Amino acid sequence: MSEDVEISNVTMDFGKFRAVDNVDVTVKAGEFFSFLGPSGCGKTTILRMISGFTEPSAGTIRIGGKNMKGIGPNLRPTALIFQNLALFPLMPVWENIAFGLEVRGVPKGERRSRAEELLRLVDLPGAADKRVSQMSGGQRQRVAIARALAVEPKVMLLDEPLSALDLKLRQHMRGELRAIQRRTNVTFIYITHDQGEALAMSDRVAVMSQGMLQQVGTPTDIYNSPANGFVASFVGENNVFPGIVTGMSNGMARFRTAQGTFAARPGPKVGHHAHARLYVRPEHVRLEAAPNAELNSIPVEVLEVAFEGNVVHVHTRDARDGTQIVQIRNDLGLMLPSPGERLHFNFPADRAVILHDAAPASRV
Amino acid sequence: MHRLLRHYGLGLTTAFMLMAAFWLLALVILPDVIMVIYSLRPFLPVADLGGPKDVYTLGNYATFFVSWIHIKVFLLTVLISCIVTALCLILAYPVAYFMAKTISAPAASTLFVLLLVPMLVSELLRAFAWKIILDYKGALNGLLGVDVRWLVSYNGVIVGLVYTYILFMVLPVYNAVQSLDSNQIEAARDLGASRWTTHRRIVIPHAKPGIAAGCVMVFMLSAGSILVPNLLESPNSRWFTQVIQQWFFESQDWHTGSAYAFLLLALCLGFVALMLVLFGVRLSQMGK
Repeated sequence: MSEDVEISNVTMDFGKFRAVDNVDVTVKAGEFFSFLGPSGCGKTTILRMISGFTEPSAGTIRIGGKNMKGIGPNLRPTALIFQNLALFPLMPVWENIAFGLEVRGVPKGERRSRAEELLRLVDLPGAADKRVSQMSGGQRQRVAIARALAVEPKVMLLDEPLSALDLKLRQHMRGELRAIQRRTNVTFIYITHDQGEALAMSDRVAVMSQGMLQQVGTPTDIYNSPANGFVASFVGENNVFPGIVTGMSNGMARFRTAQGTFAARPGPKVGHHAHARLYVRPEHVRLEAAPNAELNSIPVEVLEVAFEGNVVHVHTRDARDGTQIVQIRNDLGLMLPSPGERLHFNFPADRAVILHDAAPASRV
Repeated sequence: MHRLLRHYGLGLTTAFMLMAAFWLLALVILPDVIMVIYSLRPFLPVADLGGPKDVYTLGNYATFFVSWIHIKVFLLTVLISCIVTALCLILAYPVAYFMAKTISAPAASTLFVLLLVPMLVSELLRAFAWKIILDYKGALNGLLGVDVRWLVSYNGVIVGLVYTYILFMVLPVYNAVQSLDSNQIEAARDLGASRWTTHRRIVIPHAKPGIAAGCVMVFMLSAGSILVPNLLESPNSRWFTQVIQQWFFESQDWHTGSAYAFLLLALCLGFVALMLVLFGVRLSQMGK
């Protein structure tokens, strides 16, 4: 069973440094929720506050409606998977998994059979008597998950547990984690700086920067409708054009930049005369021979063509020496532009969004 | 060897080697060999030296095994040394854990310096200080306004030895605890372990080699101490080293004294080896 985690106006100060700044978000029961942000954005501090290793300077954390203030990490219904896993090297695998049961006074026979059951769940049957040092990285990962599941947590907290794995294994474990989460229906709170991981696994993602929540939403929301410039540039690539809003009509804005005036969607709190930036994703741009009357258009010169297999990245330069990047899918009959070619960088207004930079941090 | 020669040349290398060899041979090996020879020959009047009675014998060693009183002193020495070791461990473990895992590294080094300050004072003065504190008309009774005889039985010896040798426990235990990944402690706590269980199942098993190293050092130093038992003794606190001292200086019998000294060494080593086996510590782990 799972429970929701309610983080209400939580602030954490370390001396003069505000690590977490008035974060307010509720993780729903049974949800796979990710905190995404660069290192030092406060996401790990949030995790440590939920698990009980640190108490917030202000605000409250409730798990299943119960205020967690003053409740130690050993008494909270959470289980944490550490970045380095923190398996106990002096115990065999099954004792690692059964540790939570051991400290709860479960008799040995029952512990052993529960550990074996969990090993089957994480696809490691027969590993019970192995030493942790005999396991590979991916296997250790599964042991850590089994150890956390053994205490039947209401909330599972994961601190970048995949970061030490190589790419292939990491992608495989993403699927595994998601499957285990569905099977057990435990609330998962996942911490990562890897946007791909967060988007691929999560029901919802919270993007953080400088201790503040920048946006909370589904992966599609985050990617397609970023709330501000930080979210847009942290999640995915962009072509960015600074400028000023010169007019609004029918929900669309006119935006004047050094490269010309474009039509684009205004983002949150972007009004007339706002100084902001226009963001357009590389995959939403078409490189065409002529300007398109229905699209925004910039004449550009092709600088470089990088073939990456499934996609091709074309780097271009405009008359003002600004550089852009365009992503083309490697379809049948693809005609690749060549360096030096003069083309038009065309993008539709509804795929371009005008955003402010991140909300300014309030410092202590 | 080649590297030494290359770095320092023939002259300096030879000098280093000779100094090391002198130290080992003349100051360690030779005296011990002489002691072994002493211990294997009987104590005779000068007239009989080199005579028919001057033969190699284990008689000096046998003396110990037939004198119940000496065996009793030896056993008491081992027992009290065990108590001293246990007290050192009980006192040192929390301090070592606190320094290794609770406070910041700079704070820990400050604490280290403070712990080392008493070491600047000679062992003799420190033992005397305890005598002044614990004596019948001493500082402690004066402070408490009571008349208690603190220096009875082995009390003084225990206090003095714990005080003198506790750092030999703090350092290896600190080293061992410090090498434990703090995440392991947090993982245990997160999985529901109480503080005590975390120590019992995670910290202490990890620190076992360090604890063993500290225990061996404190035990051997205590059992071999002469100064503290001499200064903080009571009428009924006999220490085995005092028996050895008596053979040497009161009986003038260096032969039996040597035999007793080797017996102390051998029996203590045997006891330590037994304890290491019982607690499942391998010697190679202790070096870490």
